Amino acid sequence: MAVSKDEVMHVAGLARLGVEAERVPQLVAELNSILAHMDVLQRVNVERVQAAEGVGGLGMPLRPDEGPAVALDRPLSSFAPEIRDGLLLVPRLDTHGDSDPEGEA
Amino acid sequence: MTAPELLEKYEMVVGLEVHVQLSTKTKAFCPCSTQFAAPPNSNTCPVCLALPGALPVLNEKAVQLAVRTALALGCKVHEVSVFARKNYFYPDLPKGYQISQFDRPLATEGHLEIGSAPDGTPLRVGITRVHMEEDAGKSIHDRFTAATAIDLNRAGVPLVEIVSEPDMRSSAEAGAYLRTLKQVLEYAEVSDVNMEEGSLRVDANVSARLRGETKLGTKTEVKNMNSFSGVERALEVEFLRQCEVLERDERVVQQTMLWDGVRREVRPARAKEGSHDYRYFPEPDLPPLVLTTEWIETQREALPELPAARRERFSEKYRLSDYDIDVLTSDRALANYFEEVALAHGDGKTAANWVMGEVRAAINARGVSIGSLRMRPADLARLLDMIRDSLVSNAAAKTVFALMLESGEQPEAIAKAEGLLQVSDDSQLAGWLDEAIAKHASEWERLRAGERKLTGVLVGAVMKLSGGRADPKRVNQMLSERASVS
Amino acid sequence: MSAKLESAVSTAVRVLGGDVRAAEVTSAALARMDAVESGDGALNAIVWRDEDGALQQAGAVDVSIAGGEDALPLAGVPVVVKDNIATLRMPTACGSRILENYVSPFEASVVRRLRAAGAVIVGKGNMDEFAMGSSTEHSAFGPTRNPVDITRVPGGSSGGSAAAVAAGVVPIALGSETGGSVRQPASFCGIVGVKPTYGRVSRFGLVAFASSLDQVGVFGRNVQDAALALEVIAGADSNDATSSDVMVDSLRASEDDLSGMVIGKPREYFPESLAPSVREKCDRALDALRSRGAEIRDVSLPHTELAVPVYYIVAPAEASSNLARFDGVRYGMRVSKPALRDMYEATRSQGFGPEVTRRILLGTYVLSAGYYDAYYRRAQQVRALIAQDFTDVFSGGVDALFTPTTPSPAFAFGERSDPYEMYLNDIFTATANLAGIPGISVPIGRVNGLPVGGQILAPHFEETTMFKVAHALETALGEEAVR
Ligand SMILES: [Mg+2]
Ligand SMILES: [Zn+2]
Repeated sequence: MAVSKDEVMHVAGLARLGVEAERVPQLVAELNSILAHMDVLQRVNVERVQAAEGVGGLGMPLRPDEGPAVALDRPLSSFAPEIRDGLLLVPRLDTHGDSDPEGEA
Repeated sequence: MTAPELLEKYEMVVGLEVHVQLSTKTKAFCPCSTQFAAPPNSNTCPVCLALPGALPVLNEKAVQLAVRTALALGCKVHEVSVFARKNYFYPDLPKGYQISQFDRPLATEGHLEIGSAPDGTPLRVGITRVHMEEDAGKSIHDRFTAATAIDLNRAGVPLVEIVSEPDMRSSAEAGAYLRTLKQVLEYAEVSDVNMEEGSLRVDANVSARLRGETKLGTKTEVKNMNSFSGVERALEVEFLRQCEVLERDERVVQQTMLWDGVRREVRPARAKEGSHDYRYFPEPDLPPLVLTTEWIETQREALPELPAARRERFSEKYRLSDYDIDVLTSDRALANYFEEVALAHGDGKTAANWVMGEVRAAINARGVSIGSLRMRPADLARLLDMIRDSLVSNAAAKTVFALMLESGEQPEAIAKAEGLLQVSDDSQLAGWLDEAIAKHASEWERLRAGERKLTGVLVGAVMKLSGGRADPKRVNQMLSERASVS
Repeated sequence: MSAKLESAVSTAVRVLGGDVRAAEVTSAALARMDAVESGDGALNAIVWRDEDGALQQAGAVDVSIAGGEDALPLAGVPVVVKDNIATLRMPTACGSRILENYVSPFEASVVRRLRAAGAVIVGKGNMDEFAMGSSTEHSAFGPTRNPVDITRVPGGSSGGSAAAVAAGVVPIALGSETGGSVRQPASFCGIVGVKPTYGRVSRFGLVAFASSLDQVGVFGRNVQDAALALEVIAGADSNDATSSDVMVDSLRASEDDLSGMVIGKPREYFPESLAPSVREKCDRALDALRSRGAEIRDVSLPHTELAVPVYYIVAPAEASSNLARFDGVRYGMRVSKPALRDMYEATRSQGFGPEVTRRILLGTYVLSAGYYDAYYRRAQQVRALIAQDFTDVFSGGVDALFTPTTPSPAFAFGERSDPYEMYLNDIFTATANLAGIPGISVPIGRVNGLPVGGQILAPHFEETTMFKVAHALETALGEEAVR
């Protein structure tokens, strides 16, 4: 299996990595050379093999429905890049359409 | 084609995805408070701020409430379920992924009965799955001019997502499903189910097909409705839009539509087709959730009585009419109030009449919930006892009732203080009777002569003399005794 | 150079006994740190240094000892902590521009446990950015040099912590492992490095790289020190749902008799291509184990060669998700732009270095629609087969395994430029992370002056066995370990 330039661009978009166009050919080559080593996995017989899922398998511990939470040594306002009136600020998304998680943001 | 003609020709097919906030004190994966309307970002910690190095730990209560939800909807609860990460970027999603469940959900294969069809057959909507997930934070777009503001107080609040089968065939059925679901969730005590505070949110999948067709048409997902009636209106508008597309021999595009409740229209969300790829994979920070059959059964036993069971019981135990049962069980708190009154007083029908009449009128007039009434059900039952035992007249009882609502005091004390206790003492009644006979001598004579209808005049006179306190039944008896003896 | 480094075990004994004050031990460590970080041969092992905080902590230890406290197993022991472990007083930057000035507002559970045991955190160790690398060349704060030979890499990704211990700045240090990031640099620097069983140590406060593989590990100059450090940080943590409540025994071995024990020699870890000099040191180590009474048995772990391909699917996939939180919204670097998407992309492309970018792309790709089954799911299935190999061997009467830690000793800067060639460094270590079992690397000799490490692998939660074998090997080799 080989990855194409368009796929690299698509994946970079999903990962919100601004990849400059001139770097793409090199990334395509690097990813393909790595992926070539993965092809060996396609030849392994994994019929009836249950995928590894977590480690342990005893099930997860639960916590009681009570506080307190781990306290912050310094408030959010001391390390947030932009904050006003206690609210974190990001560049404006103006229509409700943008607030759809599946949107372009 | 006109709308009615389109409705004649096409059938609506609806499936609903409902997100419900579970009533826990703390968030799903961290011990932050879930309290509504706290100052922005004050209910946050390293986990829900997604600080580097923080890890999720699941809230036991959230699991319990999610399992109860699933059981209340008749689902099969799986002994092993797996959390997964749903990856997407959005500023109110701190980790860049939502912890949800994907290919191994908590529960599947449930159903909900939402009423009956015109021919009497029950309408049953299949529940595909019930799974647990966390809420995102809130994006506020209209607070600052050049910026969107993010409040993460909601981030990590526990939700269940309830996905129905595409079993509904009209907006009315969708509305009935939602109202019934809300009732079940309230009865199961798993959620506050408050749409204004966002504790219940609905997304609708809708498609249109020619009547008689068995294949499903291409669906769209409609979002952004903030009331049940909004869901119904949105479905109608989107369905007609799809019918018109099909009438033009065009294809419905699978996409997300946003409902605009003010303009009463739907428009496509900006998302480009295929741009979402959530890259689900099992959440490596959380081992699989393993529940034993015994624990699941304990939850089933602990499940409060659900609406259907309660309706049946009210019918058998109190012999109430279907209408009375509908009214009383529509609200779980009202039903509980009624039942407390009925059990304490003994006569279910009288209790039902008072709760449906006076009590509901009082709540509506005051615009309060039944929980905030100062009058306790046990006290109302005592008032009904007093009427039955002729300790107060019906008229006096209404006055006592009004004062009980005000003060929350006990009916005996009020009746006594206000002089509303009925007088049944014969010697006192005889005194008033003598006086009344003296005043209405001619009517008395005619009554003795057999003009029975004049009884009312004389009893009325006694009531007047006694200031309404005389027991009219006893006065009646005494009057007819005297009339026949003398 | 100031006061010579003593072992953690003896430092704690002397501080508790009042022979020396924690403050003096700390000052000496800080002085040694300055010495190795100055001049042309500076190691660049320590990225953040906290003199005031360290002296304060040391003072507090001295006060509590004066007040009668005697249950401080690491009393006054100076410790370096890898820069991806959250500390309150120094940045936790993970070798990345994107977190350059980020000081965590909460503390990792392991750091809390170290401090509660009387340890003094003196600085943070350099690392490959977000622990992605095997050489500590991929740090935004410059590469770390190997104290044994400064023209060579110290290994990675925990190269700073390893170099600090090897250079004698501190007796013990914390690192983190995802595919060998403690054992490999330990081997390159000639010290002991431990990767515990997955779940043995809390990950709360360890900045995640690949959550199903990550585990905090320890470095020491000898097996006893490493065991002591692990004892202190091990145990269940209510803030980490993957931490285990399996009892933590005392891990310090008291006797070196291996009679009755079977140590497996897996043939896949001794391929034709293994450097003859490394093979020779391994044979000598196996002889040493035999001399202590162990039976050496040839065994096979047939899926070993698949570990690197599996690892380089699973780890980047998890990383692509774990690193999504670095978005410029709540903390860390933000490159301001008028549109949100541009802000995200500028922040992340300028904040992450090339290796991290490469792995996020790879990980996003293997999880994306249409590729998940072929890559991620299949990798997790093969991972199960790799784990099964170990289960089979250990259930067949083998107590522990002996292998080389790495195929070759430390390489020179820039020598491994092809990404996959670099990844092959993890070939003997990644298996333990994939299977979740514990492993330790101990020095077994030198080739052309460069240290060679031998690895001991044990079944889940059998750290006691692992340390016992490691300690026996250490004592049996004696001075040979540095020859
Ligand atoms: Mg959902
Ligand atoms: Zn929180």
